[in-house]
Amino acid sequence: MSAVTPVVPEVMARDATPARRALRRLVRRRGAMLGLAIVLVFVVLAVFAPLIAPYDPIATSWSAVRKPPSLQYLFGTDEIGRDVLSRVVWGARASLLAGLVSVCISMALGVPVGLLAAYVGGWTDSLISRFTDSMLAVPFLILAIALAAFLGPSLSNAMIAIGVSATPVFIRLTRAQVLAVKVEDFVEAARAVGNPHWRIALRHILPNVLPPLIVQASLAIAAAIIAEASLSFLGLGQQPPAPSWGSMLNTAKNYVDNAPWMAIWPGLSIFFLVLSFNLLGDGLRDALDPRHK
Amino acid sequence: MLQYLLKRLAAIIPTVFFVTIIIFGLQQLLPGDPAVILAGENQDPDVIAYLQKKMHLDEPLPVRYAYWISGVFHGDLGESLRIQQPVLDLIREKLPVTLQLAGMAMVIALLIGIPAGIVSAVGKDTVWDYAANVIALWGLSTPNFWLGILMILVFSVSLGWLPASGYVSPFEDLRANLAAMIMPAFVLGNAIAAVLMRHTRSAMLQVLNADYVRTARAKGLNERTVVLRHALRNALTPIITLGALEFGTLLSGAVLTEQVFSIPGFGKLIVDAVFNRDYAVVQGVVLFTSSVYILLNLLADLAYFVVNPRLRG
Repeated sequence: MSAVTPVVPEVMARDATPARRALRRLVRRRGAMLGLAIVLVFVVLAVFAPLIAPYDPIATSWSAVRKPPSLQYLFGTDEIGRDVLSRVVWGARASLLAGLVSVCISMALGVPVGLLAAYVGGWTDSLISRFTDSMLAVPFLILAIALAAFLGPSLSNAMIAIGVSATPVFIRLTRAQVLAVKVEDFVEAARAVGNPHWRIALRHILPNVLPPLIVQASLAIAAAIIAEASLSFLGLGQQPPAPSWGSMLNTAKNYVDNAPWMAIWPGLSIFFLVLSFNLLGDGLRDALDPRHK
Repeated sequence: MLQYLLKRLAAIIPTVFFVTIIIFGLQQLLPGDPAVILAGENQDPDVIAYLQKKMHLDEPLPVRYAYWISGVFHGDLGESLRIQQPVLDLIREKLPVTLQLAGMAMVIALLIGIPAGIVSAVGKDTVWDYAANVIALWGLSTPNFWLGILMILVFSVSLGWLPASGYVSPFEDLRANLAAMIMPAFVLGNAIAAVLMRHTRSAMLQVLNADYVRTARAKGLNERTVVLRHALRNALTPIITLGALEFGTLLSGAVLTEQVFSIPGFGKLIVDAVFNRDYAVVQGVVLFTSSVYILLNLLADLAYFVVNPRLRG
């Protein structure tokens, strides 16, 4: 790869790959870059939580119960004297993990199934499409709650529940994209030179349907983070005493009148992380699909 | 028209079939013998034996499904083990509360979302457009249970204007009912307002470039009439059909909102059932919700068909 140097437009148009052109468009979008910056801040918080958090996130202290924010406890303490800042920092791990793992599950299930449906067609397609319709008929969070309830409450089960519930969107999107791409001339050409089906599907079709999937993934991470916080808020996600923003809010709602700081910080964290993935997703969509307005 | 209706109805059958398979399948996720788990903590052998017989656990899976689905078709969604009441009765009891909440939320969402969308489309790339987009992004990124807690903090704890929780039936005291419902309805409507605003904006932007809008302007109508009478009317169709699809968001959101404000509705029913390990209730609620969602989808499609003469051919 050659270094990106400032070049005159004609040269740029000639030597830049589509991916690089999209990246350039993305970098120019201030919203997307702001989103990316916030995401990176949270990633750093999550990775270096043991170094950044000033206190042990699960250490209780009866002499510091519900202390308002101060120099000693910047975000205050909770109902059993745990440091809210430390719990918010460690909570970034649960949220980011839930966002990423759930969407990986959705994509790992949804993309191959969607590809299969569109590529093979016929009754395989009908069967998969009807099944997808049915999954979409159950409201997302209700399905996730039901799955988490039957699987049993834990962070990993919440991630499975969210991932499975978000799968139909990926099946549908992949299917629609593959249907459009598989009739293109280059696919016909690949078939004409005798490529096996798996090679046509994976090497020729899949790379061409990736851009909308990347956009969807980024927006789905935002939805998954809210969903994990919601499940934890209901007691179906991360189990106490492990820190999670959703479960912190669940406790905080009982102390709104005398310890509002317990509710402010975890909520703001969810808001900023979700907002940043939404901004990034919107920016990616504009960058990857110039026709989209 | 009739042909379209029949085709659309026929397409529902496999969808409903798979939905019942998914919901029946949930039960298979329980680790171990469902009867033992459903019997709860006391593990009374009589209860376990009764449940095994009632759920036909000695029969193969397809037979069990057949028993379950025939019950469903006869209006038997099972029985709550905790409260010893048919699931359908529980749903009937809790549904009106959630319907009121959802209805108020939808009105709030329409009142905010559509005007904001119009303003943002008419004033494209102005400060108004920018502001409306920022507000929409805020609406989409704020978890509604957090917004609920913040509103309680401001309007109940600090200002003391509204009650933080406590549902009152509208037939008992309408004023108290509205006071208790207005915050939850706003919280629930907030996210949908954002979605509606985005739909309205893009629908209006498309319509505002149409020839008939240019004609309306050319014949000297004032801008207000052009936007509201000529453009909005035509933009409304996709907005309304897309709005109907937000029903799922509304119900998912109701689960959380009812939890924050302790409203004894549909959402609280499913959450309580989850914690009481009352699995029949969870299944019943999911089945009911999906059926209503499928029905609303159908109605939205039909509405689209009815208001758009070009589709009737």
